[in-house]
Amino acid sequence: MRKLAKWFSVLVMASMLMSACGGGGASGEKFRIAVVTPSAKNDLAFSQSIYESLLKVQEAQGGPEKLEFVISEGMFVVDDAGAAIRDYASQGYDLVIAHGSQYGSVLQEIAPDFPKTSFAWGTTVDTFVDKGITNVFAYEARSEQGGYVNGVMAGALTKSNVIGVVGPIETGDAKLYVDGFVAGVKAQNPNAQVNVNWIGSFSDVALASEAAQTHVKAGADVMAGTAQMVVGAIGVAKENNVLWFGTQASQTSLAPEVVVANQIYDWSGVILQMIDLIGKGTLGGQSFAITLENKGLYIEFNPAYNLPAEVKQLAEATINAIVTGAINVAP
Amino acid sequence: MIGELLTAQVLLGILTSGIRLATPYLYAAIGETFGQRSGVLNLGVEGQMLVGAFAAFYVARRTGSLWLGVAAALFVGALMGLIMAFVSITLHAQQGISGIGFYLFGLGLSDLLFQTLLGTVQTVSGFRPLAIPLLSRIPVLGEVFFNQNLLVYGAYLLVPIAAFVMDKTTFGLKIRAVGENPEAADSLGVNVSLVRYITVTLGGALSGLAGASLSIALLNVFQQNLTSGLGFIAVALVYFGGWRPWGVLAGALLFSMVNALQLWVQVLGLPIPSEFAVMMPYVLTILALVVAVQRVRPPTALTKPFVREG
Repeated sequence: MRKLAKWFSVLVMASMLMSACGGGGASGEKFRIAVVTPSAKNDLAFSQSIYESLLKVQEAQGGPEKLEFVISEGMFVVDDAGAAIRDYASQGYDLVIAHGSQYGSVLQEIAPDFPKTSFAWGTTVDTFVDKGITNVFAYEARSEQGGYVNGVMAGALTKSNVIGVVGPIETGDAKLYVDGFVAGVKAQNPNAQVNVNWIGSFSDVALASEAAQTHVKAGADVMAGTAQMVVGAIGVAKENNVLWFGTQASQTSLAPEVVVANQIYDWSGVILQMIDLIGKGTLGGQSFAITLENKGLYIEFNPAYNLPAEVKQLAEATINAIVTGAINVAP
Repeated sequence: MIGELLTAQVLLGILTSGIRLATPYLYAAIGETFGQRSGVLNLGVEGQMLVGAFAAFYVARRTGSLWLGVAAALFVGALMGLIMAFVSITLHAQQGISGIGFYLFGLGLSDLLFQTLLGTVQTVSGFRPLAIPLLSRIPVLGEVFFNQNLLVYGAYLLVPIAAFVMDKTTFGLKIRAVGENPEAADSLGVNVSLVRYITVTLGGALSGLAGASLSIALLNVFQQNLTSGLGFIAVALVYFGGWRPWGVLAGALLFSMVNALQLWVQVLGLPIPSEFAVMMPYVLTILALVVAVQRVRPPTALTKPFVREG
């Protein structure tokens, strides 16, 4: 019996080895991308934005035969993410994307061990070039731009002149977005008051919901928020008929009655540039940003919401002004 | 600046929010109190909450019946409790480790089911606030206490019921005996394992209900890792409450009220950095723990598997 088990395990190992070699052989023609995300790929926020961008890139490159990608989602424990990143690198993926600024420290450790693999992480501008690492790309979202546009619309639509914002932690693209949003409101409607609530968590849906309840109690008739825990706040907006502005991915499906517009992150242009550079032998050292100008950021209006024409024109004029540089919303 | 916080609108807002926020803690922590009083530490509360939250959400969405959702949450929570009981009581597994195992199992299972059965974040029309006739018309306080949804009322009703069962019934006496001195209870004819099986299964059911209170009453969405650590805070509240339902209520309310307070502190724009504001509930709870609850001693047999001598 024991002998049989031994033979069986040898067989299993042999077959695993063979299949691993088989995969390696195919990688010559096929570009392979692996992504690690902190939350679920369908979080209607940050992780969903990279997932949908990769689907787009895959289509642009000619489908799964030309470009294959895998995603490890829900890696909110940084050490687990590190293990996954290392795993993908050793499996010979051409590009390993660590989609979260919390992954910087582990990436800095791993990247030098795989000099032939290209890595990318965001949102950040730090490629670790100054630390002698040359195979890491960086990407960021200039989320303050769409934040400003959303803020202008919010300022125009509010009747109570009280606007509530639910944010996670005062850092990164969340802070950029909220700062841009507040600036947009103030530019359009100096009398409006913007109450900002940072709940200290990217995942606490219950607290995000209660923060939104607090905004409603304080008189808000328009709300905005960023990161994946805002699904709790959107529910409150819907129940109280308070307008909602989304960011990172489309949140319209949760509350089509009250979502006015979403700023969408489209990373596909950035990823295509990286693929191009990798093909030419550049594995890192460059930093990218998605903006309204390069269409990595765009405003998606909810067709089900009856946005007054003059507010829509105002939003489009604002987008134009940011693209041409007439309005500068840089922090 | 403090004056802004002391307006009626803000104080009532804090009370209403605090009562809502405390609801899932109450279900989960009272359930855990039963288990711990009988000598079993269940660290898998968070996992049971997640599975319960998903079950309630999914069933409510598919059938349109919120009560079937509640039943589903109770059932899967109880089932997970039963397995936990088998592992820790019959197999004598180390309770802390197996509890963490159950947490990870619940986290993974709820996410897997969510991804395969729903695929994306969706909403459900959950329990609506239900004004209690007459009581809800009490000026000011009626709105705070008597215009909540049914699962919120249920959580607060559970406290006196649990206290009564624990302190005034024969079953409660058995639970306490089994948790303090299982050998003595056994020699008097109490079936130690059976009592513990019942408390741990009940605890699981209540944790499932805690999850349901989030997914179909307070938030009306399901998302990966929806509970986000609430279950672990519930376990901490059992210690805070000195293993007594009323103590658990006090702890849950303190933590939740301060959390509601810090939300208002930020909304009113008081000059306190947000990082400090979000720390407030934790800091105050720890302070209260140090000052007030030091003298209470845990059940003697907590975490110790019972093996009959001879």
